[in-house]
Amino acid sequence: MSERLHLSPNQRAWRRFLRNRGAAAALAVLLALIALVLFWPLCRLAPAANVLPKAMTHPPDAVSDAQFAPPTWEHWFGTDAHGRDLLSRVCHGSRISLLVGLVGATVSLVIGVLWGAVAGYSGGRLDGVMMRFVDVLYAMPTVVFVIVLITALNAVLGKWQAGPHGISAENARLLQFAGLFVGLGAVSWLTMARIVRGQVLSMRQRPFIDASLVLGASHARIIWRHILPNVYGIIIVYLTLLVPSIILYESFLSYLGLGIQPPQASLGSLIASGAEQINPIRIYWWLIVFPGAVLALTLLALMFVGDGLRDAFDPRGES
Amino acid sequence: MYFIKRILFLVPLLLLISFLAFVLVHAMPGGPFDRERAPASPEIEHHLQAKYHLDEPILKQYLRYLDGLLHGDFGPSMKYRNHSVTDIVVAGLPVSLSLGALAFCLAIGIGLPLGFFTALHKTKWEDYAGSLAAALVICIPSLVIGPIFIMLFALKLRWFPVALWASPSHVILPVLTLGLYFAGRVARLMHEGMLATLQSEFITTARAKGLSERQVLLRHAFRIAALPVLSYAGPMLADLLTGSFVVENLFQIPGIGVFMVNSSLNADYTMVVGLVLLYAAPLLALNLAVDFAHCLLDPRVRYE
Repeated sequence: MSERLHLSPNQRAWRRFLRNRGAAAALAVLLALIALVLFWPLCRLAPAANVLPKAMTHPPDAVSDAQFAPPTWEHWFGTDAHGRDLLSRVCHGSRISLLVGLVGATVSLVIGVLWGAVAGYSGGRLDGVMMRFVDVLYAMPTVVFVIVLITALNAVLGKWQAGPHGISAENARLLQFAGLFVGLGAVSWLTMARIVRGQVLSMRQRPFIDASLVLGASHARIIWRHILPNVYGIIIVYLTLLVPSIILYESFLSYLGLGIQPPQASLGSLIASGAEQINPIRIYWWLIVFPGAVLALTLLALMFVGDGLRDAFDPRGES
Repeated sequence: MYFIKRILFLVPLLLLISFLAFVLVHAMPGGPFDRERAPASPEIEHHLQAKYHLDEPILKQYLRYLDGLLHGDFGPSMKYRNHSVTDIVVAGLPVSLSLGALAFCLAIGIGLPLGFFTALHKTKWEDYAGSLAAALVICIPSLVIGPIFIMLFALKLRWFPVALWASPSHVILPVLTLGLYFAGRVARLMHEGMLATLQSEFITTARAKGLSERQVLLRHAFRIAALPVLSYAGPMLADLLTGSFVVENLFQIPGIGVFMVNSSLNADYTMVVGLVLLYAAPLLALNLAVDFAHCLLDPRVRYE
């Protein structure tokens, strides 16, 4: 097809992606979900609140007497142990979960790409040492690593808060967020580093790299301007696969009590607090099923988008 | 030759891992005695520290630990006094092993046929239904499916017991909770491997030779298509066998997955290092075995 020759490989990949109906639908679901959780708090404001059904206007942390109310017209998702509206909490929780996934993935993206690019580009002994380090970390159980990191960060925070130049509780919470991001990012950059390193290693042999070296480009410029743009498709694909795994990991940490701290909630911490309420007398299924369903839907959409991107960027897929 | 080198390399790698774990838990603020029921007086604390040699420099502590390790002694647990790490592992490991092995069988038993089947029916409804099912079980974490299983099958329908690890009926829910995710993963890998393999030239050759479709698929395609699953099976088995915190905690199963988390939280130094080694050793060994099997199954793979 000669008319497509003027398109860059990335533009062609994007077109292939949109032609894949499943992936495009997943992207639409994902964007709708993001829009919903972003604009959810607006439902409580004056013009919208008068029009929308009352169930959509509950604040997430308003305590009421309706404890453990099953889903009704008043509360679509029911209420939790303190009578708080679950629908609103799930929306706010999805926000936090998506944020955690995105920022955590970015942190591990930066570490992994830098590590892999430097190792692959320099080659030789430095490459060997850097990649053996990755091998060693691979063999460590991530649980141990993450727990140590997060408790260490929390202890430092506690000291700061108690110290002479005490920081406010608000700032402490932000810092705790940052600690969680760093912890999650720090344990999930390994695969990224391996992938990028392999790509850079093969890219380095190409003649155009030698050409720009001869023209006097610095190594940093070559990595940044010539190598990274060429591996960017693979990085994007892996990033969409990384976000769900980080969201999942955060929910696991919430189950341990190390994740998002109350009064904030993530989907994981909502599910974890639902799991605490399991008892043989009454079954509060909505506490697990609704946040779980939203979590599963988010992950599913991300996974299909990632699959679609991978097929689109895979040159073998072009016919 | 290559594999002998790799086997010899395992020992320094494990030493490095144990040292890293040792330094890591020591770098953690707080110690194993922080959460004692009664606040210990300084003398008691000093005594405890001296008893477990925590007052020595860290390198000396590590060498002491290594010395014990060489004699097959993983040291005492500092949180669960009067229990050695070996005691705790010996008590918990069989449970985690059997749970993990069953979940592994479930993952392979469901995942491989499902991936094979969906790849053969590419773009038909069987493919869409099967692939969606595989994607779904990957996206529902055990944290969600476990409580739902408990509420539905144990509390509401009363088909299975709620928790504990005793009779065969206790086994079903935890194995499903643990294994379904991995079954989905295996199915997807198998599906993709099969699609890629069916396009390759040696399949065309096999068909041109006049082999029956059954022989082409099972003897030629399956062997190569299952290689990604094989690579994944190593880490998966290591993960499964060393226990899962969520499943063991949800179903109150006395395995070692719970200890992995709790001893890290408690800064129980010896326990953490012992469990890290217990995880790393099979992982490295399995990865080696996987690479070796790769060589055997795929004549194109060569290591030097």
